[in-house]
Amino acid sequence: MQGAPSTAAEAKLAPVPALPIATAVDKLPTAKLKLPEGFNIEVYAAGLTNARSLRVGDNGTVFLSTRVLDRVYAVTDKNGTKEVKTIATGLNSPNGLALNNRTLYIAEINKISKIDNVESQLDNPPKPTVIYDDLPSDAPHGWKFLTVGPDNKLYFNIGAPCNICMPSDRHAQIRRINLDGSGAEVVARGTRQIVGMDWHPAMKVLYFTENQRDWLSEDQPNDKLNRLLDPGKDHFGFPYCAGGDIPDPQFGWGHSCDEFTKPVAQLGPHSAPLGMRFYTGNMFPAPYQNAIFIARHGSWNKTHKIGGDIVVAKLNADGTVQSIEPFITGFIVDNNYIGRPADIEWLKDGSMLLSDDYNGAVYHITYGPPRQAGMGH
Amino acid sequence: MAGTGKSRVISCSILAITFPAFAADLDEKLAPCLACHGGQGQSELENVPSLGAQSAPYTVIQLFMFREKMRVSDPMNEIAKGLTDADLQAMADAFAAMPPPKPPPDAGNPARLEQARALTEQNHCNTCHGPDFSGPQTVPRLAHQREDYLLKTLRDYKSGARHAYEPIMLEVLQPLDDAQFVEFAYYLAHLR
Repeated sequence: MQGAPSTAAEAKLAPVPALPIATAVDKLPTAKLKLPEGFNIEVYAAGLTNARSLRVGDNGTVFLSTRVLDRVYAVTDKNGTKEVKTIATGLNSPNGLALNNRTLYIAEINKISKIDNVESQLDNPPKPTVIYDDLPSDAPHGWKFLTVGPDNKLYFNIGAPCNICMPSDRHAQIRRINLDGSGAEVVARGTRQIVGMDWHPAMKVLYFTENQRDWLSEDQPNDKLNRLLDPGKDHFGFPYCAGGDIPDPQFGWGHSCDEFTKPVAQLGPHSAPLGMRFYTGNMFPAPYQNAIFIARHGSWNKTHKIGGDIVVAKLNADGTVQSIEPFITGFIVDNNYIGRPADIEWLKDGSMLLSDDYNGAVYHITYGPPRQAGMGH
Repeated sequence: MAGTGKSRVISCSILAITFPAFAADLDEKLAPCLACHGGQGQSELENVPSLGAQSAPYTVIQLFMFREKMRVSDPMNEIAKGLTDADLQAMADAFAAMPPPKPPPDAGNPARLEQARALTEQNHCNTCHGPDFSGPQTVPRLAHQREDYLLKTLRDYKSGARHAYEPIMLEVLQPLDDAQFVEFAYYLAHLR
């Protein structure tokens, strides 16, 4: 295991994969989760094994990717009854999803593909059409996050194929391509692995979470929240500098962390921040406007687990981080996971959807008086 | 003797499928498994793993991948077809409750075993698989697994022939070569 010390076995730490069996709806942990006063959480849909990235279509279809499975789900709502459809299978870790102008884009490890007019073809979807495949095929950190920028280009990460190593010039970067797959450019380098990106609603700048290396220590390095101010030039430090402030013990010699673009926030060691979205909806109270909600999947490379929550980063007018506060907590009980938050997305009414890949479920978070059963909505 | 091995696998599957129908539901579903993997958790067949005391979450994942054809093996894809999630869990629990496989009668070459032990520590195999290689949770038990199956597994991960549910093994095996795989397999099979 690259980068692990000889004493690592003492810690008995290993990744915590989700089982490929979704948790039954009556066993989901919503009642054990804590939210700020006035917020409510309920199950939106269950039985979505390994549910990861979330996207919501113009007609309200909720799309969900998977990472350890080979499929993409679509959840539709018929008068309050959720129907789950598997709209693509046989894919290679299809973690990344993006929607633009009724087209669903899917990022697998080694290709980007699309389904046009996806919401009108849910019952008989065509095979996704490949638009770009000039990508490495490494499985470690090969899964992607996908987003469409204000420039109408697709942005996605290519992770480092290792815990810690010198990446090739095709790895540890963010690329962008045109919607037809042409015009590939590298816009950021030195990124170890990214599983969440979104665009500042006013500044139109890309913000992203970045997961840092394992086995450096229990309490270092911090995972990061970054922003890309200088596309094509920014280098975020991997493998030379970890967490924005720690020269790597192996690769950091001859470098200073000051050579690299600093994070806008540190998000806790091994806490695994994944999905993140800016809030621009009308339901949550005003202080949450333009704040970033971040799903911390939770640590494995740490004896006392941290993360397993949703935090809110409130920003200053210049886009720097003013504060980071807990929003949903309680996914870690007695140092074990009862769920693991993976991604966040907004419904049209401004309420939140949250995916949990450990339980294979999506939760619905609203603000205001709890809805009464039977009253309809 | 690859051809012989394959025909044995196929014939034991057919034998198993004709197992008496009066068995209870779970026993009936387990019968084709036991025909090849061994009735007491210990496989007698080349390249077929022993499943006794195997960690149940690991077995659930493998059965799931066989059912969904994410992992390819003709007899296993056939057997797993049509199993429900509850079947996967019940079968995995049944294997976990069987006795662990026994090491081969020969104790092995002490010098070779000592070198191989150092190699496993150097590569941190014991960090995830446990100091005694009994494999917690989703990480498989390796202790006293068949040597031929261990070697096949390492080679299949390295070549990409076997799909990894989590890519950690692919990452770990990147810097290692076949000569080291032979030593890992020898060590884990003979573990004392």
